[in-house]
Amino acid sequence: MNMVSLLPSFVVIPLFTGLILSIKSKKMWYTHFIALGSTILLSILALLTPLENSYYHVGGYNDFVGITLAIDPLSRIVLIMVQVLVFLACWYSIGYMDHYTDHSRYYALVFFMLAGMNGILITADFFNLFVFMEIATLASYALVAYGGKSHELEASFKYLVLGSVSSLFVLFGIALIYSQTAALNMFIVSERLDFSTPIAWLIVVMMSAGLGLKSALFPFHSWLPDAHSSAPAPISAVLSGVLIKAVGIYVMLRFYFNIVGIENAPLSLIAWLGALSSLTGVILAMGQHDFKRLLACHSVSQVGYIFIGIGLGTYWGLLGAILHMINHAAFKSLLFLNAGSIEHASGERNFHQMGGLAKVMPWSNATSFIGFTAIGGVPPLNGFWSKLLLMLACIMSGQWALALIIACVALMTLTLFPKIQKYVFLGDLPEKFKKVKESPLSMIFPMLILCFFCITLGLLLLVPSWREYYLVSAVNVLLGGKWLGSSYVP
Amino acid sequence: MIYALCILLFLLGLYGVMVKRNLIKIIISLAMMTNAVNLFFVLLAYRKNGQVPIITNFNTASTVADLAVDPIPQALVLTSVVIGLGTTALMVALAIRLYHSYGTFDITKIRKLKG
Repeated sequence: MNMVSLLPSFVVIPLFTGLILSIKSKKMWYTHFIALGSTILLSILALLTPLENSYYHVGGYNDFVGITLAIDPLSRIVLIMVQVLVFLACWYSIGYMDHYTDHSRYYALVFFMLAGMNGILITADFFNLFVFMEIATLASYALVAYGGKSHELEASFKYLVLGSVSSLFVLFGIALIYSQTAALNMFIVSERLDFSTPIAWLIVVMMSAGLGLKSALFPFHSWLPDAHSSAPAPISAVLSGVLIKAVGIYVMLRFYFNIVGIENAPLSLIAWLGALSSLTGVILAMGQHDFKRLLACHSVSQVGYIFIGIGLGTYWGLLGAILHMINHAAFKSLLFLNAGSIEHASGERNFHQMGGLAKVMPWSNATSFIGFTAIGGVPPLNGFWSKLLLMLACIMSGQWALALIIACVALMTLTLFPKIQKYVFLGDLPEKFKKVKESPLSMIFPMLILCFFCITLGLLLLVPSWREYYLVSAVNVLLGGKWLGSSYVP
Repeated sequence: MIYALCILLFLLGLYGVMVKRNLIKIIISLAMMTNAVNLFFVLLAYRKNGQVPIITNFNTASTVADLAVDPIPQALVLTSVVIGLGTTALMVALAIRLYHSYGTFDITKIRKLKG
C-alpha cells in the first residue's frame, strides 16, 4: 500500500476518536480501550511513514490551489515522538484519572489536542497551520483547567490570554505573507518571499513574537510554570514534552530554516534569548517547593537549551537541538509522571512535606532516580549526550560565552535534583504517609518505558546508522535551505 | 493608510490586554485584536468596484483575475472568525468560573499562583 495516502489519517484518526469518545459511555473499559487502541495505531503508522520527502495533495488539487500535506525526516521524528508520548500519557491516565470525573470528555480533549499537533507537523500550508495550532492549544487550555479548582482556572485563563495573543501575532504574520506572495503554500511562499521590502522583515518579527510566546522564550516565559503545573500529570507531561515543541519549536525551525532562510533569520538573537531563558528557568526552579511547578520552571530552561542550538544555526548546533528536543520529551515527561504518581499516592505536592517514600513506593523511587540522573546530564544517560553536543557546538562556533552558560545551567540542574530525591524519597517516613501504597501498574509501566528511553536514547547519537537515519536526515532538511517540494508539479 | 489603522487597532487591543485589570475588559481587548487581524485580512482582498469572482461564459478566468475581488481571504476570515468565537466563549466561561471562586473580576486579586 502506498504510505503517502495514509498521511491525512494522522489528523482524521484522532479527530474521529475524539468524536466517538465525547459521546458519553457508562462503561469505563470501553473509553480506555478506544483511547489506547487509537494511540497504538497512530504510533505504528508514524513508525511506518516513509523516510524520503512525501507529499499528499488534499482533494487532488495542486500546490497552487489546494492544501498540501508533506512529511520529511524532521516532521517524521517529531511525529513519532508525539504519538509515542501521547500513547504513554493515555496509558498512564487509566490509573491516574480515577480521582477525576468524566473520563470520556478528558480523552476527547486529549485526542483533539493530538489531532492539532499532528496537523501542525504534516501540513505545508500556512493558514492550515494556524487552524491546527488553534485546535491544539484550545484543547490544551481546557485540559489545564480540567480539575476545576480555583488555581487551575487562574492558570488556564493566563495561558489562554497569552496563547490567543501569540496566535493573533502568527495570524497577522500569515496575513502579511499572503499580502506579499499571494500564496499560502509553504513551498511557493519560500520561493516568492522577497527580502528587499520592509514588509518581509515585519513578517519575521510578527512570526518570531508569536512563536516565541508559544514556546516560552525568555521575556515571554511567565505563563509556562503556571499552566504546565496546574494540568493533570499526564497532560503536564504532554504539554511540556511535546506540545511546546510541536507548536512552538518545530514551527519556528521550519519557518526560519525552510521558509525565510538562514541568512534572513534573527538567529543570534534567538541564541541569546535561549541562553537567558535557560538561566532564568533554572534560577526560578531553584526557588520552588512544589514538585510539578519546579519541573515546569525547569522546562523553560531546557527549551532555552534547544533555542541555543537553533540559534547557532550550524550542523552540530541543530543536531544537538533536535537530540535535546527528543531527550527532553523523554526525561521531563518521566518526571512529570513521577510527580503525578507521588501526588496520586500521597496527595502531596510540596516536597518539603514529604520524606522516606522510597520504602512504600520502590518503583517510583527507581524511575525518578533515573529521571533525575538523566536530566542532570550524568553519563551515559541521554541528557549527557545532548548537553555535551550543544556545548561542543557552541565552542566550535566560537561562542565561548554561550558554552559557559550551558555549563553553568547544567551544573545548577545537577545540584538541583539530588536535593529533591533526598527530600521526597530518603529520610524517615512521616506518620501520615504510613498507609501510602505504590501506584497501580498502569501508571508504573509507562514510567518504566520512559526510563528505558532515558537510558537508551543516547544511542541515537552513538550508533552511526541510527544517527544517519533519525537525526542527520532531519538536520539536512533544515540546512538544505528553502523548502521546495521535489515532486513539485504546478 | 487604511492598513495602518488596522495595526493601530491591533496595538490598542494589545495595550488593553497588558494594562487592564478587569477580566471582562481583557476579553474585550482580545476580541478587538482578533477583529483587527480579520479586518486586515479582508482589506487585503478589497478592490474598488470589484466583481464577483465567478467564472462564466462572459467572465473568463483572465477577466476574473483582473477585475474580481480575491475570494481566498474571505474564506480564511470566516474560519478565523469561528476560531475567535470559540476562544472568546472559552474565555468567558473561565471568567464566570473565576468569578464564582474568587468573587472578583480584578486580576490583581486573583493571585493564588505566584513566582
